[in-house]
Amino acid sequence: MQNGNGKVPASIPYMRSVYAGDEAVLLKHYNPPESLTLKHYQQHGGYRALKKAFSMEQDAVIEEVKAANLRGRGGAGFPAGLKWSFMPKESDKPSVLVCNADESEPGTFKDRALMNGVPHMLLEGMIIAAYAMRASLSYIYIRGEMVHEAQCLENAIAEAYAANLLGKNILGSGYDLEMAVHRGAGAYICGEETGLLESLEGKRGWPRTKPPFPAQYGAFGYPTTVNNVETLACVPHIINNGAAWFKSLGPEQSPGPKLYCVSGHVKKPGLYEFPMGINMKTLIYDHCGGMLHDDRKLKAVIPGGSSVPVITADEVDVAMDFNSLSAVGSMLGSAGMIVMDESVCMVDALLNLEKFYAHESCGQCTPCREGTPWLRKILTRIEHGQATMDDIDLLQDVADKIEKRTICPLGDAAAWPVQGMLKKFRHEFEEHVKLGRCPINSRL
Amino acid sequence: MFPNEHIEAQAQQIMAKYPTKLAATLPLAHLAQTELGYLTPEAMEWIAEKTEQHPSHVKNTVSFYTMFYRQPVGKYVIQVCHTLSCALRGARDVTEHIEQKLGIKAGETTQDGKFTLMKVECLAACGTAPMFQINDTYYENLTLDEVDRILDSLE
Repeated sequence: MQNGNGKVPASIPYMRSVYAGDEAVLLKHYNPPESLTLKHYQQHGGYRALKKAFSMEQDAVIEEVKAANLRGRGGAGFPAGLKWSFMPKESDKPSVLVCNADESEPGTFKDRALMNGVPHMLLEGMIIAAYAMRASLSYIYIRGEMVHEAQCLENAIAEAYAANLLGKNILGSGYDLEMAVHRGAGAYICGEETGLLESLEGKRGWPRTKPPFPAQYGAFGYPTTVNNVETLACVPHIINNGAAWFKSLGPEQSPGPKLYCVSGHVKKPGLYEFPMGINMKTLIYDHCGGMLHDDRKLKAVIPGGSSVPVITADEVDVAMDFNSLSAVGSMLGSAGMIVMDESVCMVDALLNLEKFYAHESCGQCTPCREGTPWLRKILTRIEHGQATMDDIDLLQDVADKIEKRTICPLGDAAAWPVQGMLKKFRHEFEEHVKLGRCPINSRL
Repeated sequence: MFPNEHIEAQAQQIMAKYPTKLAATLPLAHLAQTELGYLTPEAMEWIAEKTEQHPSHVKNTVSFYTMFYRQPVGKYVIQVCHTLSCALRGARDVTEHIEQKLGIKAGETTQDGKFTLMKVECLAACGTAPMFQINDTYYENLTLDEVDRILDSLE
């Protein structure tokens, strides 16, 4: 019990909002609580990939992941195999693998399902990744609020130790690996990998300047790689089925199975798995049942978590992969789609998000610490009709001057939504100023 | 009495997971808060001793994280997610309904110490919005009737 000490009844409605067809790879066997167990995972082919990996040289595992072009699912899309190759082959210090399970980007809820549904898939991916990078220590940094998911992982780790899938001389391979769950405590910034490492070390989650990169100087000063949950969950499937199979799913430049988080104004919000590159329009109208209210049209979508620039209803005929969304001036990010219908005031929606960034700025860099509350204040003035036209230019200016001037990307993440909204919906901001109020008295 | 033998044993297990003592700061804070309801000055001194740092450094670290309380909270802490996906699906209605029902504003605790109500940022359950967390448990796809049913069931 973390918060109050009162007992509360159980609740698992999230299960009803996970949609994975027979073609699914990651969520194919999602069926908690059954699918939480080692037995269930092994019945569906679990830990076969680990045995196969142990029969390969470590570098051959890295090459396979490189060849698969597995790109990081945390948001940046950095090639995972390349990241692994930065780790030293010989080191007098132990090497560390950290799984980033600090899922906090607004609109994103995919890693949570992997952890509360198929935790052994993550564990197997981690053991293979750690083996490939010659790591002897591994941690799962999970956001503190996810108490249930942390327990699912603890149980899975205990099962894995008992079955000699973790610990000394794993399955007779001669390879040793320790694994532990580390809970965060409510700080979005700890999703940034160096903030995460500071937090893991027992400090404030203040991001570090790079270089040195974590592969040289990471957790506890040891060579470290940080990978997202979904990225690691892809690894057993690549080892089992090969890089060519992985690349055959979706576009070659960003292939593989992908979890799409859909929230907001659709009939069936939830978590959907498709091969990378599903068309956004198809996803919204065919799979999610279209708009929540039949008499309201689609207005805008934030496609990749709250930090990425918004796109308009005219732009949704786009493939949801890293390159295609970049081409329309946005990003796949964490694939957390926030769908908004025509009833939404874009100024108020942006204000909601900038409250988030102002709250979550860690306070280390001046442009972000001072700039994010400033954005919030300007937006509050515009939304409540107390702004002038100059305030709209000021909003743009503040956002532009936060961008690229901070140690970590939180500053950029706060600036991009402003830039995106002003580019696509500037007329709404002007209308607020001219009317001296919100045209629809929005109350988000 | 804090810390009792059981807590000390758990602390030992936690510390064995890390190459440094300092790394146990967050997990020990979770452990102490679970036991005490919030981080008392004594709890922070205990963490400081275990992790070999000054108590002011422990305070500095835990104050960075929103989940650590340095004052007592209600028996049931209701945290309503207010970020965009939940806001689009009626988070404000949920909060206002609870405020009315309990006679407190967000950020306050009822006089009998039973409920604390908070507005919080994204809890990563956006597809099942609106939602709140009570103590350790997420409640999703909330309706106002459902909110009443859940709150009325708490003793």
